Amino acid sequence: MATVDLKDIKKSFGKVDVIHGVDMEIADGEFIVIVGPSGCGKSTLLRMVAGLETITSGELLIGGKRANDTEPMDRDIAMVFQNYALYPHMTVADNMAYGLKIAGMPKDQIKAKVQEAAKLLQLDHLLDRKPRELSGGQRQRVAMGRAIVREPSVFLFDEPLSNLDAKLRVQMRLEIKDLQAKLGITSLYVTHDQVEAMTMADRMIVMNGGVAEQIGTPLDVYERPQTIFAAQFIGSPSMNLMDGRIDGGQLKVNDVSLGPVDTREGDVTVGLRPEHVFADSAGVLRLNVHQSEPLGANTLLHGTLEGKAFTASLPGVHRMPGNDRDMSLNFASENLHLFDPKTGKRI
Amino acid sequence: MAYQSDGMVEKSGASRWISHAIMILGVLFIFFPIWLAFVASTVTQADIVRPPMPVLPGPHFWENYKAALFSGVNVPVSVMLGNSLIMALGIAIGKIAISLLSAFAIVYFKFPGRKFFFWAIFITLMLPVEVRIVPTFEVVAGFGMLNTYQGLILPLIASATATFLFRQFFLTIPDELAEAARVDGARPMRFFWDIVVPMSRTNIAALFVILFIYGWNQYLWPLLITTDPSMNTIVMGIKQMFPSGDDTANWPVIMATSILAMIPPVVVVISMQKLFIRGLVDSEK
Repeated sequence: MATVDLKDIKKSFGKVDVIHGVDMEIADGEFIVIVGPSGCGKSTLLRMVAGLETITSGELLIGGKRANDTEPMDRDIAMVFQNYALYPHMTVADNMAYGLKIAGMPKDQIKAKVQEAAKLLQLDHLLDRKPRELSGGQRQRVAMGRAIVREPSVFLFDEPLSNLDAKLRVQMRLEIKDLQAKLGITSLYVTHDQVEAMTMADRMIVMNGGVAEQIGTPLDVYERPQTIFAAQFIGSPSMNLMDGRIDGGQLKVNDVSLGPVDTREGDVTVGLRPEHVFADSAGVLRLNVHQSEPLGANTLLHGTLEGKAFTASLPGVHRMPGNDRDMSLNFASENLHLFDPKTGKRI
Repeated sequence: MAYQSDGMVEKSGASRWISHAIMILGVLFIFFPIWLAFVASTVTQADIVRPPMPVLPGPHFWENYKAALFSGVNVPVSVMLGNSLIMALGIAIGKIAISLLSAFAIVYFKFPGRKFFFWAIFITLMLPVEVRIVPTFEVVAGFGMLNTYQGLILPLIASATATFLFRQFFLTIPDELAEAARVDGARPMRFFWDIVVPMSRTNIAALFVILFIYGWNQYLWPLLITTDPSMNTIVMGIKQMFPSGDDTANWPVIMATSILAMIPPVVVVISMQKLFIRGLVDSEK
């Protein structure tokens, strides 16, 4: 159990800067999800914490001690890899015991620990199998078991669920979260899946292009996204964006007035989540629906609003009598997000 | 499919018979000289010299083989078999050990000149033993290793082919495995022993078969550096059994020796074959 502090961590490969300085203090036992599109540097950041990549500049503290130049084995971490990275010629038990064996722990102790972890992960009946005889979900559990038996201070997960099918992913997601809560071990979890980020994280880092766009709790990011990128990345379907203008304290999109706001005058980008609009014949927003997607619990209406693509998510089944229809929508003003169109930052 | 065909192409009755007939003929054709050698090793010298040559085994099997194994012509065949075995094992094991290590170094370590060393090893593939045999002899003679096992084995140990093969195999091992081992606390040599070597065991078995036969069949090199008959290997030893001048060759013993010389490679192929077929069947990764 330990805290992890990232102080202006940067990484460049040759002349290419991949990570432009990430600052974060992770409390003991916290579950942190690093989320972002592929190529945003999230895996690199994790691998720097693991010690598999060198840190170009900045400082990494694990448990308050500088760990920049420490070997991975001395950082007291355990890592779960995307493709599990199980040793193919070893049994499940040997896979889980390998780290302890290297550490020179006596055999009977190793056996007890492996048994304990296997029971926790419901792997007890599989201990003598080879990885190739296991299903994807079981392999995933073995990889977790290998991490658990070492009782590390920090767990690192590198997209551990991306090779599983959708149903198993939901189940493993809950199991991992559960396990982490039970063991109380500080965890860093990399994913490109915003649902995983929303459901698992105590706090998340939204990364884009090597920059931490926002660090905060899932609801924080959802409710008060600090940048346009974070606003669009978190939430499904993505937040709608409109070009607006504040004129004399009134927010306008084209000629439609969205009500009074008390911020700076001038051009703004207006964000409104699809689930934050509702049908209202007195509403000011007029959506021209091109297509509807009934999902059962809600219906997605895709169309244009003031000349830009707009998606609305309305509760329940919403039958549209044919496409190309106008409908009026309304919203609550506290659900409007305003961004500076130049910097992409929240106003 | 409802039925299983025996090969890639489904065969009807007639063509099956024909293909079998051709194959049986081919086998007979190839085996006939070996059969003759075996027959010659079971009869007396007089039977061989008198035409026509016998084609059925005679009653002198034990006599001839005993003579070959324990007295031979210059030196007992058992001694030569021992020498060949030591040389072939030394070459096979040595080549595998060295090429495993050098491939490991080339794939897993980033050191200056890595590319250069790889290509330097690779280029030696282009020089056959015969081309460098004079300088090699000079070096071995200079170290006083004529008529020694070291002299027989060491110059033949370096192997670009095996290094290249292991390199290609190591490149297919996912990087995450090395990283997982690093996180688990395995130092490089630990990773080598615990992960890389066990994963390579089917490759090692296959290479061992090839290299053992390569070592066993060495002819020119042992002929050059062993002058003492007690250091002769069996493949060159057969040649040494032919008399110079007017003496008559002891054909039954020479033929018995030839048959004996074939046995160990056959045993190695058959026993290792099981191992690497098993390796191929339960392929891991």
